[in-house]
Amino acid sequence: MKNIILELRPAIVSTVVLAIVCCGIYPLAVTGISKFAFANKANGSLIVDKNGTLIGSELLGQNFTGEGYFHPRPSAAGASGYDAANSSGSNLGPTSQKLADQLKDRIAAYRTSNGIAANQEIPADAVTASASGLDPHISPANAALQIARVAQARNLTSQKLQELINFNTDKAGFGVLGVDGVNVLKLNIALDVRKE
Amino acid sequence: MHSNDWLQLALFIGVLALLTKPIGIYLTKVLDPAGKTWLDLVIRPFEKITYRMMGVDPTQEHGWKGYTFAILLFSAVGVLFTYAILRLQNVLPLNPQGLPALSPALAFNTAVSFTTNTNWQSYGGESTMSYFSQMVALAIHNFTSAAVGISIAAALVRGVARHSATTLGNFWVDVIRVTYYLLLPISLIFAVFLVSQGTIQNFRAYDTATLVEVIPEVPAVPAQGDVAAVDAVPAVTTQTIVQGPMASQSAIKMLGTNGGGYTNANSAHPFENPTPLSNFIQMLSIFAIGSGLTWYLGKSTKNQAHGWSVWAVMMILFTSGVLTCWWAEAHGNPIHQALGIASADGNMEGKEVRFGIFNSSLFATITTAASCGAVNSMHDSFTAIGGLVPLFMIELGEVVIGGVGAGLYGMLVFVVLAVFIAGLMVGRTPEYLGKKIEAFDVKMSMLALLVLTASILGFTAWAAVSTWGQAGLNNAGPHGFSEILYAYSSATGNNGSAFAGLTANPTSGDPHYNVTLAIAMLIGRFLMIVPIMALAGSLVKKKISPPSAGTFPVSGMTFGILLIGTVLLVGALNFLPALALGPIVEHFLMLKGQLF
Repeated sequence: MKNIILELRPAIVSTVVLAIVCCGIYPLAVTGISKFAFANKANGSLIVDKNGTLIGSELLGQNFTGEGYFHPRPSAAGASGYDAANSSGSNLGPTSQKLADQLKDRIAAYRTSNGIAANQEIPADAVTASASGLDPHISPANAALQIARVAQARNLTSQKLQELINFNTDKAGFGVLGVDGVNVLKLNIALDVRKE
Repeated sequence: MHSNDWLQLALFIGVLALLTKPIGIYLTKVLDPAGKTWLDLVIRPFEKITYRMMGVDPTQEHGWKGYTFAILLFSAVGVLFTYAILRLQNVLPLNPQGLPALSPALAFNTAVSFTTNTNWQSYGGESTMSYFSQMVALAIHNFTSAAVGISIAAALVRGVARHSATTLGNFWVDVIRVTYYLLLPISLIFAVFLVSQGTIQNFRAYDTATLVEVIPEVPAVPAQGDVAAVDAVPAVTTQTIVQGPMASQSAIKMLGTNGGGYTNANSAHPFENPTPLSNFIQMLSIFAIGSGLTWYLGKSTKNQAHGWSVWAVMMILFTSGVLTCWWAEAHGNPIHQALGIASADGNMEGKEVRFGIFNSSLFATITTAASCGAVNSMHDSFTAIGGLVPLFMIELGEVVIGGVGAGLYGMLVFVVLAVFIAGLMVGRTPEYLGKKIEAFDVKMSMLALLVLTASILGFTAWAAVSTWGQAGLNNAGPHGFSEILYAYSSATGNNGSAFAGLTANPTSGDPHYNVTLAIAMLIGRFLMIVPIMALAGSLVKKKISPPSAGTFPVSGMTFGILLIGTVLLVGALNFLPALALGPIVEHFLMLKGQLF
């Protein structure tokens, strides 16, 4: 009993002191430095259009379904996908009937909308849901297969679109880390800006 | 399995090897109350004031019972602290989204989860936790539970290194010094780095963006014969963009091997882990301290060959795990490939493009080899063998580098068992670094291991045959069983990652999962700590006899093979039957094309 009282004071005091230091001073210091050094990134890399309306974040994918846009990956975040307040993957396993059905439908839809032959393989990222449901990227191979459709809808040359794709590709870090990815939101915004 | 990926694997292991000694040297200074670091000038005065406020005499050391008692009391206060904040979230400040208080079962589960360094999350962060709850109720444990783990490892190492003594150090001094000198300074730099990559750090309310393209509504489809009805989905015109103090929390969640994500998607979320570079540094940070602790072990026991041998054993087990997981994921799923998915792309369900197959597999193995539990891909959607690797890593006891501190003290238990087995084989009294290993020491070591097995298998069996257990599943067939097995392995192992399809916090409010998982976490943390501290208390009293011709060396090839054998035998034999019912049978069904 004497032990409890003896050690209770350091247990309580240290919890309070560490809460102040680790949960007060530390995050405030990080916030202060970030505001000074990387204000835009600390606020979510937000994209604002020419009217000053907030239209998204460079890092968060958005859904696109129109003919004239590049389409992102399927998303399991929220009821209609790309709900950035409910990040989530599908969590469907390798022997899931539901996942196999979804893939079948998506592959068929991808083939139809991009005019792809039935025997040609589909890039995996084009029909599978990402981990976060907010993946901003698609693979370069996936983007390339969508060029013909977008070119027709926008009356642009494939070459011009390939240039835009290259420009909006985030390269692997130092040429080594990770994988190249095409930022779909930035690419589609670039398409709209060109039109205007 | 591209050449570029091999290069990344070599880069990761190489950088980790280079970091081990510098971090080890720094740890040695931090864990010595009289140690001098270059931060003394700034931090020393605060350290002294803290002791004065706590009423602690930093020169007074604890025996094993006193040390253990202080751990338990500190943890109990921590659980209450967090439980109270979560239950009062609605009336506390920094809640711009007006999120409600948590239910008692969820608050209990979460408080235990963060106190035990598990960070199992029965909730989605961005839709449940206010900024205050994230920053105070949860983040405090990211620091303290990591500091407690490192302190216990230090106490056990002191037990091995000292002789004819009774004390193992002062718990309060260890916790404060680890937090002030090690965790805080590195987290500060790490958090700012994460912001430079794109991680958010602010106190603004969530933003609402107007979508570039309006997503038209999906009309409802009534049920027709076998086809179920589809609910209407209204048109989407906006996207809610999460904000808050994320970087400060993400940094310590990795460094302290806590793993609790700010958002539901954890380090897969583009804000929490924006670039391949941030991903690389996050993976390194999970292993950094645990790796340095093996050097600290060598330094303290004046046998650096022993420290590096333990490190090498960990790396061999780790590399085997990575290669298996990577192979399985790169190989992909034959069922999906038959539908038309490119076989060269591997299994991309539940993975992010910027990380790809390799970095997802690497991260999954690291986070479970350590007791981190942060994820950058969804383990639930891995192929059967790809998902087996993280599960198996947890069930080995997370001794492959392991959680900060927890990995080393877990591995030392295996070392004690290994020298015991070696002693039995050659018919000599087993010795560990000159200390006789006696019945009490082996009993405590076995107790620490058996408790974990009993908790994992016992709770899994219960949930698998209960309606509440099956109600939470997202997948049917053997994969559903794997979801349950993974949940209790993760909770007992204090890992925190999940086959996240499992719904542990159902809308019906059924508390079974929340409560049983919380109990598994408590068992996995404290019923392991107590025997280990008793082992430390027993070892510290012993004399060190000088090595003789018959002494079993605890470094080199023979020791390495024996240690790997011990880890694998205990891990494999205990869990093989359960694994056979889950991922192993699923693998063969997957090859056959069977769906559930």
